[in-house]
Amino acid sequence: MTMAEGDLAVTEIAFLSRASIAPRPPPAKMSGAIGWLRANLLSTPFNIGLTILIVLLLAWAVPEVVKFLLIDAVWGGNDRNACLEYVQHREIGACWPFVWERLPYFIYGSYPISERWRVDVFFVMLATGIVWLLWLNAPRRDLGAIYFFAVLPISSFILLSGWSWIGLRPVDTVLWGGVLVTIVVASVGIVVSLPLGIILALGRRSHMPAVRLLSVIFIEFVRGVPLITVLFMAGVMLPLFVPEQLSPDKLVRALVGIAIFASAYMAEVVRAGLQAVPRGQYEGAMAVGLRYWQRMRLVILPQALRVTIPNIVNTYIGLFKDTTLVFIVGIFDLLRTIEVARIDPKWATPVTSTTGYAVAAIFYLIFCYGMSRYARAMEARLAKADRR
Amino acid sequence: MSGEVSGSSRPAQVVFYNDPKFRSIAYQVVLCAIVALLVYGAARNAIDNLARAHIASGFGFWNDTAGFDISQTLIEYTARGSTYGRAFWVGLLNTLLVAGLGIIVATILGFVIGISRLSSNWLLAKVAGGYVEIVRNLPLLLQLLFWYNAVLKALPDTRESIAIGGAFLNNRGLYLPEPVAKSGFDAVEMALLVGAAAAIVFYIWARKKQERTGQQSPLLWVTLALIIGFPLAVFALAGFPLSLDFPKTGRFNITGGIEVLPEFAALLFGLSIYTAAFIAEVVRAGILAVSRGQTEAAYSLGLRPGPTLRLIVVPQAMRVIIPPLTSQYLNLTKNSSLAVAIGYPDLVQVFTGTVLNQTGQAVEVVAITMLVYLAISLTTSLLMNLYNRHMALAER
Repeated sequence: MTMAEGDLAVTEIAFLSRASIAPRPPPAKMSGAIGWLRANLLSTPFNIGLTILIVLLLAWAVPEVVKFLLIDAVWGGNDRNACLEYVQHREIGACWPFVWERLPYFIYGSYPISERWRVDVFFVMLATGIVWLLWLNAPRRDLGAIYFFAVLPISSFILLSGWSWIGLRPVDTVLWGGVLVTIVVASVGIVVSLPLGIILALGRRSHMPAVRLLSVIFIEFVRGVPLITVLFMAGVMLPLFVPEQLSPDKLVRALVGIAIFASAYMAEVVRAGLQAVPRGQYEGAMAVGLRYWQRMRLVILPQALRVTIPNIVNTYIGLFKDTTLVFIVGIFDLLRTIEVARIDPKWATPVTSTTGYAVAAIFYLIFCYGMSRYARAMEARLAKADRR
Repeated sequence: MSGEVSGSSRPAQVVFYNDPKFRSIAYQVVLCAIVALLVYGAARNAIDNLARAHIASGFGFWNDTAGFDISQTLIEYTARGSTYGRAFWVGLLNTLLVAGLGIIVATILGFVIGISRLSSNWLLAKVAGGYVEIVRNLPLLLQLLFWYNAVLKALPDTRESIAIGGAFLNNRGLYLPEPVAKSGFDAVEMALLVGAAAAIVFYIWARKKQERTGQQSPLLWVTLALIIGFPLAVFALAGFPLSLDFPKTGRFNITGGIEVLPEFAALLFGLSIYTAAFIAEVVRAGILAVSRGQTEAAYSLGLRPGPTLRLIVVPQAMRVIIPPLTSQYLNLTKNSSLAVAIGYPDLVQVFTGTVLNQTGQAVEVVAITMLVYLAISLTTSLLMNLYNRHMALAER
């Protein structure tokens, strides 16, 4: 194309508009409630359809749940007759008197009634420890850690299983049950898995081949099999591996299984944290002349654990849910007590099962959701600290 | 580390117990000795305890007659005629069946929910978020018990079965019409194979053509026509050689058709719904990991939203999604062992449950069960590592 041709093309297409363009209608309102609706619910025909579909779904499901749990629910009564449709001649929802009557069983299991104050004291001690550790501005959190990982386990063991020397009647673990067992299993898992997990994670990153190999075998083996087989192993094989007179009771076996399982998972979480610590930190700690355990304790672990707190809490949530599996090896945790209570002929109605499961669901939801909120708040806090 | 002082020709004197090399070896020797001692002690005790309880050891029980019934068998199995070994395979196949189906359902559900959480539709995103929060924070065992005891077992009994088309639903299971192949059905199967092969050939050809000329071919439609249309055409030509065997209601039970056990259904529901919530989080994280600039760059190149998603976002998101997705699949497979709580005859229920109780050979039975799961896990991680290496190479 030559220069002249190009100039010609420009003069040909260039023009000036002689009439002014008609004003456009104002744009759709995009602020305020209507604007919000338009942007978030009704932006395209597809979205409108979707919104209608979900509204219909919610309009069906939510009232159904509310009706079952509250409106049609039975609030008083002494046995199954209160919750039977053909006795009451009305639609029956949740059977709350059943829960009300069985609540002590759900909380303490068959723990002797005269000794139940010990369980209450244990709950209070545990709650104190948890608040002390989780509340970031609490005074002397170092003492809190010692309390939680050393004082609490020993004193609650003495408190719950009894010690005739100081006048506490021994209570066999067979009698323990309900929320008590769920909390005990979860706490043992939580308290044991962190230190063991740290040791295993350090072992896996060790320079000594034998240490590394043993850690890897342990971690990968436990992570490769389902928890239920670990519990079976602890349940039926552990008694074989120790001398007959030392044979541990059922609850202890389940606790060993849970602790082994949780440690392997914790090890991987801690390892991820260790990998996130820059190499310079290791070298710097070495350069100032710290020994191995000093390096780990003073420099590496505080940083590694700090970044991985959200993951640790998430592992704890998984552990808390997994405690239900002790049910299968015959331990009376909360879920098992509900299973036992719901088939009790005194309260056998079509709604008893659902009511029982609703109670369990609310319990686990509160604990797990609480922990996950904490993990998320922690994550946000850490992100803020990094931005500085 | 070696104890050498720079600037001096003479190596520093280090007492042997302060030499890191000596220490490291000493620690390892001590550790190995402790582990060996523990293993030896455990083995000694096990032998003593087994001898005292008069329990046989070894794998001789494998060929003994099982003598118990299993409610769902994919391979031929009878209580009187089959061995414990056969029972093991029945259990393993049942585990693989529920895990395989669960993976498919959970993947579909998980992707739908994960993408919904990122939807611009506020209501949809919130509902999907609520689903994830509730399902993830409830124990799987509770969900399984709920599905089994509160939903499926609460269905009407056999006499009041709910009829849906030719299928029946009651508290003893779901009875579906069973397709029975008549003569001439082989041709349809052949057509399916030929169609699939042709689709692969067409895919390779279309790719080559695009690399050479830049022109795209209607890949989806041709593939669908070859894999679904062609066998259907052959099916019609052969005169529909397939009949349905409908279940019939009797007085006490339902005969004929395919029976889906409520245990199986509860396990499948529970596993899929639970794992889907985790997969949804994986998918969401994967899509969020693709930076917005990628989408904007694709738009500025003139790609429409569909191809942008298919060609730009999904391939990059998949690289982030697949490793955690595989671990979710493994979790689902391991979680299928909770079948024992609701009585679905999977590997753990049949083998670690009934066989262990009958033979009492705890060590052998638990070891075999663990090895099976371990083999599945390790094979999957091996494949995963290969895949990761492949992906790393693709990242130039």
